[in-house]
Amino acid sequence: MGKGYLPFTAKRLLGAIPTLLILATLVFFLLRFAPGGPFDGERVFPKDVEAAIHARYGLDLPIWRQYLRWIEELVLHFDLGESFHYVGRSVNEMIGSALPASILLGGMALFFALLLGLPIGVLAAWRQGTWMDTGAIFFAIAGISLPSYLVASTLVLYFSLHLGWFPPALWEEPRSLVLPVITLGLRPLAITARLVRASVIETLAADYIRTAHAKGVSATRVLFYHALRNSLIPVITVLGPLAANLVTGSFLVEMVFQIPGLGKHFVSAVLNRDYPMVMGVTLVYGAFLLLANLLVDLACGMLDPRMRLEAEET
Amino acid sequence: MRSALVSFIFLFVVSLGAVFAPLLTHQSYETQNIEEKLETPSAQHWMGTDTLGRDLYSRVVYGARMSLAVGVLTALLSLSLGTLVGAVAGFRGGKIDAALMRVTDVFSIFPSLLVAILLTVFLGRGFLGILVAISLTSWVVHARLVRNLVRQAKEMLYIESARALGVANTRIVVRHILPNILGPMIVSLTLQIPTNIMSESFLSFIGLGLEPPYSSWGTLANEGFRAMKSFPHLILYPGAILFITLVAFNLLGDGVRDALDPMGKRDFGA
Repeated sequence: MGKGYLPFTAKRLLGAIPTLLILATLVFFLLRFAPGGPFDGERVFPKDVEAAIHARYGLDLPIWRQYLRWIEELVLHFDLGESFHYVGRSVNEMIGSALPASILLGGMALFFALLLGLPIGVLAAWRQGTWMDTGAIFFAIAGISLPSYLVASTLVLYFSLHLGWFPPALWEEPRSLVLPVITLGLRPLAITARLVRASVIETLAADYIRTAHAKGVSATRVLFYHALRNSLIPVITVLGPLAANLVTGSFLVEMVFQIPGLGKHFVSAVLNRDYPMVMGVTLVYGAFLLLANLLVDLACGMLDPRMRLEAEET
Repeated sequence: MRSALVSFIFLFVVSLGAVFAPLLTHQSYETQNIEEKLETPSAQHWMGTDTLGRDLYSRVVYGARMSLAVGVLTALLSLSLGTLVGAVAGFRGGKIDAALMRVTDVFSIFPSLLVAILLTVFLGRGFLGILVAISLTSWVVHARLVRNLVRQAKEMLYIESARALGVANTRIVVRHILPNILGPMIVSLTLQIPTNIMSESFLSFIGLGLEPPYSSWGTLANEGFRAMKSFPHLILYPGAILFITLVAFNLLGDGVRDALDPMGKRDFGA
């Protein structure tokens, strides 16, 4: 069994390098051709000061030289350069200090989504057509249709301003995790519940489930032992990008709740034209997504032997 | 099915309201009246007034134009682009397929927020920038979907017959393959609309949306969010109409899927 996985993983990891490189190249030139530079703010510098600043950050070189230099530093030293906005701070260090908060937030949100989404979906499918099912469907549709800033504002208005249970913002104590995690996790929770429901219903209609019933296997055993396992594949397929999005796509939640994560940095870096920081965060995001997709394919291969062949093809 | 029908009627009414906005409102959406600012709902101002004394009801009705137009247009644009890329990749196969799929891979890991911010810098904050930004970040799903559908369809016997008759490739794709995979494409389109309306509202929310005095539901929610502690009605009304509209689109999409695809086969995209 296991022997196909290693070459497959290696191949995919190698394939990720050109993808990331193309991404980096595109972003690099897009940023440079966008109007506005990192140092043109309200303050106008004298010509010689401006030249000195540009020389300090290598901005006086032709663009292609800057590009090659950036690639060289990245490949040889794994160095993403120095922030243009925060003097003297390296991008590596800034990302390193922001990433844990984003990962914690995203991880907790994913956990929250699965913890509630899986049972809700299974229950709805198992009791298909009853009020439980209808309730679950509407809950899921509502969860998918709620923009996170509306969730955030409702939660903050009620639970922190009205009841005073949780802090409305900041990232200091475990209690301050609660509202951001619910805000971020609600949409994946709804997506998971919906997918699990659809998937379990489809599996329960399969021939081998009827066979199991006919053989006299108890209903709960059919559900948990036979159906659930096979229902998980479409869920896992969606889970990968979803998980990566939770870590990377939390910029709005981070902004609203003032969480010192990657998303907050990213927005301000783009607005400030902090080129090295934008490049760094983009690469981390991209790598996360590629890794998540790889893990999904590996997990699917383990759950369903038929998928292994497809994996070998690509 | 009934919920899909109700959703359709609701969306139809909202769209009519957006088109005939001037007839539905008796006050301008941009006239400021500082004397009447931040009023709670009354007979004069059905949803109250905002921080500049503008009538919130008028702003919500005019906001529908922006939100719906962006949602529908970007969904159409991204489906067209995705179909073009997906159909060529799926039909041609080989090196062209590999190259196009590499492009798709790169776009799928491109942070959409970055694209959006940069494009609004290039094209200015406004309708066009938002349109291009959302379309450019949402076509990937459609490209993958269409590619897979085309790959399946081109193995069919009727395509082989068409080839044997000497029908040109473009004609095979346009006349024979695409009509046969239209069902899943329509479902994909319907479900893309609410996603894109939400994307627009996110962009507006973080301040990259339309310039005042124009409004979308997202810009209104953004304005409301800042004042929500003291004046919750400012976020309540635009938020509620946005939420109900998105629910309606999602229910409609589900209904269309059930109707077009009775086997319940779903394609989850990526």
